[in-house]
Amino acid sequence: MRKSKLAFPALLAATALALSGCAASSGELTLTVPDVPMKTELGAFEGELNIVNWSGFVDPKWVDPFTAETGCVVNSRVAGTSDEMVTLMRTGEYDIVSASGDAALRLIVGGDVQPLNMELIPNFSDEIAEGMKGQIYDVVNGKPYGVPIGRGANLLQYNETVTGSAPESWDVVWESDSPYAGKITAYDAPIYIADAAVYLMYHKPELEIKNPYALDETQLAAAVDLLKQQNAIIGEYWSDPVAQITSFVGGNTVVGTSWEILKKFAAQDNLKTTLPIEGSTGWYDTWLVSSTTPNSNCAYAWIDYTSQASVNGAISMNFGMAPANIAFCATDAETQAHCDQFAAEDEAFWDQVWPWTTPIEECVDGRTEVKCTSFQDWTNAWVTVKG
Amino acid sequence: MSTVEKTSQRPVSTYLHKRPTFRLVALLALPMTWLIGVYIISLLLLLVTAVWFIDPFTSKVIPGFTLDNFVSIFSVPAYLSTAIRTLAIALAVTVVCILFAIPLGIFMAKIARPWVRNLLAVAITLPLWAGYLVKLLAMRLTFTEQGLFNWLMEPFGITGPGFGIPVTVLTLAYLWFPYMALPVFTAIRQLPHNLFDASADLGAKGWPTVFRMVLPLITPAIIAGSVFTFSLSLGDYLAAKFVGGSTQMIGSIIASNINLNPPVAAAFSMVPIAFVVMYLVIARRTGSLERM
Repeated sequence: MRKSKLAFPALLAATALALSGCAASSGELTLTVPDVPMKTELGAFEGELNIVNWSGFVDPKWVDPFTAETGCVVNSRVAGTSDEMVTLMRTGEYDIVSASGDAALRLIVGGDVQPLNMELIPNFSDEIAEGMKGQIYDVVNGKPYGVPIGRGANLLQYNETVTGSAPESWDVVWESDSPYAGKITAYDAPIYIADAAVYLMYHKPELEIKNPYALDETQLAAAVDLLKQQNAIIGEYWSDPVAQITSFVGGNTVVGTSWEILKKFAAQDNLKTTLPIEGSTGWYDTWLVSSTTPNSNCAYAWIDYTSQASVNGAISMNFGMAPANIAFCATDAETQAHCDQFAAEDEAFWDQVWPWTTPIEECVDGRTEVKCTSFQDWTNAWVTVKG
Repeated sequence: MSTVEKTSQRPVSTYLHKRPTFRLVALLALPMTWLIGVYIISLLLLLVTAVWFIDPFTSKVIPGFTLDNFVSIFSVPAYLSTAIRTLAIALAVTVVCILFAIPLGIFMAKIARPWVRNLLAVAITLPLWAGYLVKLLAMRLTFTEQGLFNWLMEPFGITGPGFGIPVTVLTLAYLWFPYMALPVFTAIRQLPHNLFDASADLGAKGWPTVFRMVLPLITPAIIAGSVFTFSLSLGDYLAAKFVGGSTQMIGSIIASNINLNPPVAAAFSMVPIAFVVMYLVIARRTGSLERM
């Protein structure tokens, strides 16, 4: 469960690119992506920028100074799910998106977003957390497509009054003999299949899952079986954060998937989060630029502007996640407390987290002899899990 | 002579009177534009999408012709069981609404004093003023583990059912009850008092009066109300999401496919339509629709 499994092929490809000047010649993970040209130099601001973003990413507090500085008027459209983000970006009406990894790779292989010229984004610097650089979901064949915004882990939240202590393993949400059967919650989206895969990686090594997002048909079937087993002991699935919070606070749920920020909002002393021994999945959000944008200069300016410590930190505090720019942490006591709560600087923590990545037919673990299951397969499988 | 004067006074009426076809067109233009241009066309577009393909790589819709999406409704066990479960939930909601509406209607129309009747009428329609999501969350809070229901029932040693199909049925019944209660109340109110007197004169007590006199006469109103409770329940999925626990309904499948596989979503949206059509055909067979 080392992050390097994800980052290594991409970094290798990046190194190969730097050394030979020839993309992905190394033979390590090469994905078929449409050839979209990269921007080579900045020009005059277009005066407009249309953003698809998660709630809390675009706020007048940092938009107004940006508009005053560049003249780019920002129009924000808040999306509720990754799928909605992909659909919106494919309309061609938006210039930039704050995609999570499960949407990012889909957009990249679909040719909907363009590779980025990092030289034009000076704020993408050493201050960006190491664990958010060069990940497969936004760096493909050595080309960077995304600039990191922040990240959060899918943690195991538990009601300490009931459990007594922190569960060491995710088995409390997966196994039929769980003492909390009927009071378990799980994330309601096809990408949750990866959480089953992470559990299987640890407990069923014979399945030889190397990456929870690269599942061949046998491995997906095993994950689906585990999810069906879980379905029998699930209290409720959640996709709406408010519903999840009320479920924990109201006592309907004792253990289940959560985010640090949801625990914070629940504001109950007996609700705690933990990262079990199997590790977990997490969402890593990045800015991606549409391949057909007419406002690319404003888009680059926005990405650079939001990558500086103060703005990136403000976004991460507003949303409730670990900021990508960890220089923000040292600003003052409040920001340090925020970074500590969300483990922003703790790479050892993130080493145990598999960033959401769109499953595609080409196996992202580098296997070429088998075809992996695509997100379409995962979506179809997810519906059958809930029966 | 007088007709000539009138002609000059009302040119539009005269024009329309002479041209019945134009009169008809003018009368129907607006509703038909709406019905065909907006309603029928969008339904047709939906149906067309249901036979199209999907590119598994990019999730983009490709025009073509396949019946696979419809076949999947029957061939995938999870889809079929979800369709049947949704049908059962919609029927249960309708039955619950009928069971509540008839006694309430009889009380309001025939027994209650006018001020009580008005109060009840307001009480029935009042929830319609609140937002749909507000009502869902209210039911959610009522039935949580530490919610109102369990708190009230604790002295009797009763604990609530927890989120699941029963609470989903109850929530949907709560949401759609006014659509059943109002037509039933109106129908009972229109029953002449002397019918009740006649029934009593012939020796019928409460139950026979309800079953042999009231029920047959208000069947059209019940059918009218049930079309609402039944079809609205078939299309709902947020109730299942908020109070259904792990319950999945037809709408849940449509919602999870709408972005990734629109053809399957479109094919599935035909299922509630088919159910409603079947329901109306059965209602028609019983002769209830003619008397509506």
